[in-house]
Amino acid sequence: MSFLPYVIVAWVLIAGLYGVVTSRHLVHQIVCLIVVQSSTYVLLLAVGYRTGAVAPYFYDVPVHTPAVDPVVQALALTDVVVEAAVTALLLAFAVQAHKRFGTLDPHELVQIKG
Amino acid sequence: MTERWRRGVFLAGAAGLAALLLWGLAGLPGFGRYPGPYGDIINRIAVAQTNATGVVSAVNFSYRGFDTVGEEFILFAAAAGVATVLRHLRGKDRISTRRAALDRVAPPASDALRMAALAFTGPVIVLGWFLATHAQTSPSGGFQGGVLLTTAFVLVYLAGQVLLFRRVSPEDLTDIAEAVGAGGFAAVGVTALALGLPYLSNYLPLGSTPGAVSSSGTIALISLLVGIEVGAAFLLIIGELVDQALLVREGGT
Repeated sequence: MSFLPYVIVAWVLIAGLYGVVTSRHLVHQIVCLIVVQSSTYVLLLAVGYRTGAVAPYFYDVPVHTPAVDPVVQALALTDVVVEAAVTALLLAFAVQAHKRFGTLDPHELVQIKG
Repeated sequence: MTERWRRGVFLAGAAGLAALLLWGLAGLPGFGRYPGPYGDIINRIAVAQTNATGVVSAVNFSYRGFDTVGEEFILFAAAAGVATVLRHLRGKDRISTRRAALDRVAPPASDALRMAALAFTGPVIVLGWFLATHAQTSPSGGFQGGVLLTTAFVLVYLAGQVLLFRRVSPEDLTDIAEAVGAGGFAAVGVTALALGLPYLSNYLPLGSTPGAVSSSGTIALISLLVGIEVGAAFLLIIGELVDQALLVREGGT
């Protein structure tokens, strides 16, 4: 059972990649890219987890209470914010692609570009 | 390349990737058996060193602060990119956009949505401010608080007050707030250099009680600056996207 979270990481990553490859709509493709990135959150939080430990906040528990790794949590936190901003940038590009070429189908866009 | 070929090539590659990935992941310690030592060391020393009881914030804004500066500037660059790409479009193809959107009519906001959005605006601002200013004590911080502050403005927009949304978040002010947030973070670091300390050292008084709002020196200050930066960056992005929707809406009605 202790391997299951890692299987989920691989599954989410591959499922997202499958979506990116087979997508017929740019917005859908961008959402699939978010799915790919979500696998990193699962991985980061899974490697830092310790059974029975508390969150790394010592406001109302003594300092020596066993706690999970705060470093990976900090990484996941910034990861989420940066991902949201980069998604917005990609969506802006999708808006521009639609205005310029009149389609959001990646296959048709490839044909237009030649 | 045909669709079937593309899928076949991907599935072959994905099977190989999955095998390698699972093989690699199998070498990690089992779930729930964190081996340390870095997290354990930081958990042990962070409260005594920084007077911040929120160790994730201490890591983010102090131990790993240099990294966070970089990440914050990714956010800054992405927001600038969105503004550049969308402002370039605005005004130029106004007429063609209008023609393209003639068949779309934007539905007006329902009374229930309007009531809920306006009722939540105040509490969301308070919660966002609370999160941005309590990074040092509890699970919160500038990143979360900033996003929540933006949500308050989005609620105004959801309530159908598009013009009000623009009035409460003027572009110039948003731009300035974003620059102050991002530049302030870097300036806090440079001030440490001027004092003869390493970049981003915690040079402010740490306070006497761990977990007090006034404790933890630069961690609290940087968290607030990050809150301003994140809030302004997302407000800028959403403002640009709203303007795009407005172009469409103008055409629809």
